[in-house]
Amino acid sequence: MAKDMPKTPMLDQLESGPWPSFVSGLKRLAEAENKPYAPMMKDLLGQLERSYETRKGYWKGGTIGVLGYGAGVIPRFSEIAGEFPASAEFHTLRIMPPAGMHYTTDILRQICDVWEKHGSGLIALHGQSGDIMLQGCKSENVQPCFDELNALGFDLGGAGAGVRTSISCIGAARCEHSCFDEAKALRLLVNAFLDEMHRPSLPYKFKFKFSGCANDCANATQRSDFAVLGTWRDDMQVDQDAVKQYVAEHGRKWMIDQVLTFCPTNALSLNDDDTLEVDNRSCVRCMHCINVMTKALKPGNERGVTVLIGGKRTLKIGDLMGTVAVPFLRLETVEDYEKLLGIAQRVMEFFVENALEHERTGEMIERIGLVNFLEGIGVELDPNMVNHPRTNSYVRTDGWDEEAAKWRARKAAPRPAAE
Amino acid sequence: MAEPRRPIESGVPDPFPFMHPVLKRNYGQWSWHDRPRPGVLRHVADSGESVWTVKAGTQRQLDVFTVRTLCEIADAFAEGHVRFTTRSNIEFMVSSEQQVTPLVERLEAAGFPVGGTGNSVSMISHTQGWLHCDIPGTDASGVVKSLMDAMHHEFTHEEMPNRVKITTSCCQINCGGQGDIAINIQHTKPPVINHDLVAGVCERPAVVARCPVAAIRPAMVNGKPSLEVDEKKCVCCGACYPPCPPMQINDPVHSKLAIWVGGKHSSTRTKPTFHKLVAAGIPNNPPRWPEATEIVLKILGAYKDGGKPWERVGEWIERIGWPRFFEVTDLPFTKYHVDNWRGSRSSLNASAQLRF
Repeated sequence: MAKDMPKTPMLDQLESGPWPSFVSGLKRLAEAENKPYAPMMKDLLGQLERSYETRKGYWKGGTIGVLGYGAGVIPRFSEIAGEFPASAEFHTLRIMPPAGMHYTTDILRQICDVWEKHGSGLIALHGQSGDIMLQGCKSENVQPCFDELNALGFDLGGAGAGVRTSISCIGAARCEHSCFDEAKALRLLVNAFLDEMHRPSLPYKFKFKFSGCANDCANATQRSDFAVLGTWRDDMQVDQDAVKQYVAEHGRKWMIDQVLTFCPTNALSLNDDDTLEVDNRSCVRCMHCINVMTKALKPGNERGVTVLIGGKRTLKIGDLMGTVAVPFLRLETVEDYEKLLGIAQRVMEFFVENALEHERTGEMIERIGLVNFLEGIGVELDPNMVNHPRTNSYVRTDGWDEEAAKWRARKAAPRPAAE
Repeated sequence: MAEPRRPIESGVPDPFPFMHPVLKRNYGQWSWHDRPRPGVLRHVADSGESVWTVKAGTQRQLDVFTVRTLCEIADAFAEGHVRFTTRSNIEFMVSSEQQVTPLVERLEAAGFPVGGTGNSVSMISHTQGWLHCDIPGTDASGVVKSLMDAMHHEFTHEEMPNRVKITTSCCQINCGGQGDIAINIQHTKPPVINHDLVAGVCERPAVVARCPVAAIRPAMVNGKPSLEVDEKKCVCCGACYPPCPPMQINDPVHSKLAIWVGGKHSSTRTKPTFHKLVAAGIPNNPPRWPEATEIVLKILGAYKDGGKPWERVGEWIERIGWPRFFEVTDLPFTKYHVDNWRGSRSSLNASAQLRF
């Protein structure tokens, strides 16, 4: 005899309105009487309704995993399993999506088929770190579910004190702003640290994120320990005929109000013949003018990345933005990409050796100072790393002459091609 | 007995086998794009080839039936390929302009709003909440559903000064990240400790170390080793709760919502900024959270009216100033808005520049 649907008067109120309703989806799963997960989803609805009534959560963690891995499954046991036994175990499998989150309908259907066989039928696309979140798996089904997904070509993502699943913007796949191959960089870096993902033993979590330009559509700056942002070093590309076309269509006031005045460094000027003058030495590659005039302006040709280190959310010392650790690394050849990987490896080694337990990379840098961190990873100082030099005089400067000589020597050396 | 199966540590899958053929052919060779209508992008490659992208909102927490419906739409109208954005929107790519309108109509008929492009309000960055998190103060899916219902017009139209990225977080860890507008749990009372369980469940030194204000210390309570909280020092952040569940921080009445504005990840025009507290003490009121929704709509409306083209929420406020912001949104300015955490002096106005 089929189990009754729970009464959910509060959740029912989330079925109306124009936005797609997750409650209707939960009910579709709970009412799929021919499916093994229907009882589980009825109890899940019952427990969620209870949370809405009491304003309390009822899940607790535990230890669940698959053979050979120490992370990637988020265990969830209900604290009120006595009342809702069918959803007593409701674990999540975090699965890494293809870089850029591209899917064929065929692979999505295969994931659904596996998940219907072993789990609840509920999928979040995607979690905040970028995982495919298969939510609602009993302990006994975790291993067979993973085995089938693994055979399809998917691998578990990160959890706990390890390298986490990564995310990139769409980038080179469909965006003219893209300054490097985001998917290639993501796969190169994350796949080099699978041991740190699958058998987590870092001081705390470590996130990589990849955005093709300063628009940072992957939210890398604040949301990752290692943010890779596309940029360029030569002059931006300007199609002056297209600029004139924009002025002709939209007017000079539009050009001044919507493009020029937003330039953060006053690097743009409109010539009397409606062409654009760009002071490329002052341009900070912020992307605003390029965003507004997509048909006329483009990043330059000498493209690469800036690496920002130490972004994170609130715990423990407050939210941090990543800060510049590598101002520019050209990213074109195989060797260039290997250099990026080398930097990531040195950052990871330094983090493992120097961070305290439960301390994120940005917090470690705050504690020890940026200069010590840069020395540790073997990166040279650059004025691009600060908003401005120090403003307080409480500093011991008796090594000044040597440091100044180092700077002069660096400046005298020919500019390396790739860094 | 059969040898247990070892995992194939294949890592992040290669996207190329799943990528739309026009994207694959023109990878890294794109020239420009425009937006023929809200919810639709056209990208043109150096080769001259074009691709149209139709973007639609989803509920993020998807049942397999909904995923299959989206697959059927992709097969019938969009050449069998889709991708997802970081904000859980789905994108369908088509190689012919003629396919755009039928696809849009089919998506809308199936209940998926088409929009989220350009200067619109995109889908809210979404956490787990009561549905699956072990420490949530509220639900994410319900808050997001309620807000997106109220902002449906702003998702399907491009009428904002710039794009608006909204986030929610179900605790003060702020998993939702920085947002133009952020709706986050704000606890207002110290944790309630079940001293019978602490010794058995919690690694006490780790919990002591977790507190950002050193308000937790080991103590013997009723003859058992436990932890106590200096309630005068406690900032009610809830950081002790995840490593020590007997230190319950969630409270059905005293866990409130707070609203923050002006966060931005991009380096476009201005440098990235953190969001700033503007309203707190808002009831955590399921299933529709009407009080929070009302304040969000008020802020959004003021920004829509007053923002100049391309100003993000934080940039708009930077221009008009905080006195005007509190005036146009009719929100009270209190002592809680003035920061006293490390580095807070940089948030004070050290100048003779004032607005009246």
